[in-house]
Amino acid sequence: MNKIKRFFLSNGFNNATSSIFAILVGLLFGFIVLLVSNPSQAVDGLGIILKGGFSTGAKGMGQVLYFATPLILTGLSVGFAFKTGLFNIGAAGQFIMGAFAAVYIGVKWTFLPAPWHWIVALLGAALMGGLWALIPGLLKAYMNVHEVISTIMMNYIGMYMANYLIKTHIYDSKKALALSTADTAVLPKGGLDYVFYNKLGTVKDMSTVNSGIWIAILIAIIIYIILNKTTFGYELKACGFNKFASKYAGINEKRNIVLSMVIAGMLAGLGGGLLYLSGAHGRRIKVVDVLAVEGFNGIPVALLGLSNPIGIIFSAIFISYITQGGNYLQTLNFMPEIIDIIIACIIYFSAFALFFRSLLPRFLRYMKTRKEGKKSVKVQQQDVEEEGGDK
Amino acid sequence: MSIIYLVFQQTMFFSIPLLIVALGGVFTERSGVTNIALDGMMIMGAFTSIFFINQMQGTMSGQMLLILAILIAVATGIAFSLFHAYAAVNMKSDQIISGTALNMFAPAFAIFVARMIQTNGVQQISFTNTFRISSVPVLGDIPILGGLFFKNAYITTYLGFVILVISIIVLYKTKFGLRLRACGEHPHAADSVGINVYRMRYAGIMISGALAGLGGLVFVVPTSTNFNATVSGYGFLALAVMIFGQWKPKRVLIAALFFGLMKTIASAYSVIPFLSGLPIPSDIYKMVPFIATLIVLAFSSKSSQAPKAVGVPYDKGSR
Repeated sequence: MNKIKRFFLSNGFNNATSSIFAILVGLLFGFIVLLVSNPSQAVDGLGIILKGGFSTGAKGMGQVLYFATPLILTGLSVGFAFKTGLFNIGAAGQFIMGAFAAVYIGVKWTFLPAPWHWIVALLGAALMGGLWALIPGLLKAYMNVHEVISTIMMNYIGMYMANYLIKTHIYDSKKALALSTADTAVLPKGGLDYVFYNKLGTVKDMSTVNSGIWIAILIAIIIYIILNKTTFGYELKACGFNKFASKYAGINEKRNIVLSMVIAGMLAGLGGGLLYLSGAHGRRIKVVDVLAVEGFNGIPVALLGLSNPIGIIFSAIFISYITQGGNYLQTLNFMPEIIDIIIACIIYFSAFALFFRSLLPRFLRYMKTRKEGKKSVKVQQQDVEEEGGDK
Repeated sequence: MSIIYLVFQQTMFFSIPLLIVALGGVFTERSGVTNIALDGMMIMGAFTSIFFINQMQGTMSGQMLLILAILIAVATGIAFSLFHAYAAVNMKSDQIISGTALNMFAPAFAIFVARMIQTNGVQQISFTNTFRISSVPVLGDIPILGGLFFKNAYITTYLGFVILVISIIVLYKTKFGLRLRACGEHPHAADSVGINVYRMRYAGIMISGALAGLGGLVFVVPTSTNFNATVSGYGFLALAVMIFGQWKPKRVLIAALFFGLMKTIASAYSVIPFLSGLPIPSDIYKMVPFIATLIVLAFSSKSSQAPKAVGVPYDKGSR
């Protein structure tokens, strides 16, 4: 019994419950919105959201993993910055600049042979993302500019810059998209095409999932190792907790702020590269004045995963799962924006996490003091009876 | 000469919403709460008021409709800001997270409801602009000033200046303003003399919600004929204006005029003969306000004097 109680009082369980609670409340709120807008089909709508990627069979699950790949990386980007005390809202700008770099290398550098082409493209994407985060990092470390505003500005600058660069170099003007990359630049399937497809008669309806998901999971593990098993990660976390104490201990906090932002930017840029290097049936960059939504969805992923890289993998898959369900909602005359509303509610309620985290131990403690209170009242009554009996 | 009038009037259309929203930001940050959700509040205020105009423009028009729309925008802003207030003050949560949540909620909600309610399921809400005053009766005929200030204006422009004057008076000349500022600098000291810090912070956040909602409406009406669930990042520009203005209303005005001018150059460069001759593509022009913001922030944040206790949830029991 004690072991079970200790499990319930442990930190890890509390953190997980607060995230799960936030998810449940977010889904509940979404269900209420569905009810209000279309009562008769609300339950079906909720069912579709919960069935998520499974709604479209094995291909759907493949698509869930495909869209989870950039989310894992942008979640890592935001989560890594969180752990080091910074708020990286600029993941969207870093993402799209990384995507541009990857596609540009994919289209133009055709002199590279097969495995090197996509490797170089991914490295280029990471480098570009890191560069894009370098400026807010330097501004924060040396000029005390609040990184929330500078990263938001870099988001918009990145969006317009990427659109401009695509329009001048790799534009498909008939479709307002970027050109698709050379075949040698496409990420290999990594064995996943044997699993995730739907059979339409004799034709295989393939999912676009590829080895990007393996790369994303590998990077998450690497980040986990960096944060928890190296001195470098320890110094970064120390700066995040208290930069003055770290400076007193001899850690160069300005250098660490810049390095954290650059690493976060590299992660987001890599995410952009992984999403758009998926071949002819995959995505191509749309040249519109809209911020990359994958960048902003990294924030709930990081919050739900509590900035822990392993948790981020799961929360990215979860968010991708309900987003796929949301796309399928259009068959019921619901708008897929309901998923964005649900995700926003999940973030809102996860901000209450601190409050909920102390709720369960407080409840257990309350039960314990009530039990002890009853026991002591009984003992007092017995004492009074004994005294009365003595007299 | 007419180009100067045009540039000036356009600058007004871009600066006044920035001014109004930044003043709202000043109120909340001075009370100690970071409000990143200004963008979301602008979108919600603009959405409800423009939807109101869209529904009522058959039966009403003109300034009366605009005044009612202003009231609706303000009310929506206040209601939406209560979410942020509850999270930041009662739940003592991270104010940046709850602000980000509201920012993500607002456009999704606006698109969702627009597509549900409008007959053909489009997400843009269109309206006809019957509010432009081509020339104020007497004042519009003054030689130079008339053309600059009193032609092609909206009542919202003048409303913006009125709000500026009221903000300066409230913040610096009233008891309420003094107490509000105290809560942002040292809430424990304010609490020790009996000021209810929670109530002051609620007031600050609700004022910012009201002004941000109004700012959303003021942004959309002069510059387009439909609302597409976005305010082009204006809420964030307003935050930068507030920081550049060092949380003081008069400096916020100067900062807002500067950014309005940048935005005007970005969108109206084809009309200015000097700039339309240069072969700079339109995307670069669109980047100009944001790059200018970054440069300005780089130089003004070193000696930034933010309210001391901003962003820290107030906990009575802590030291």
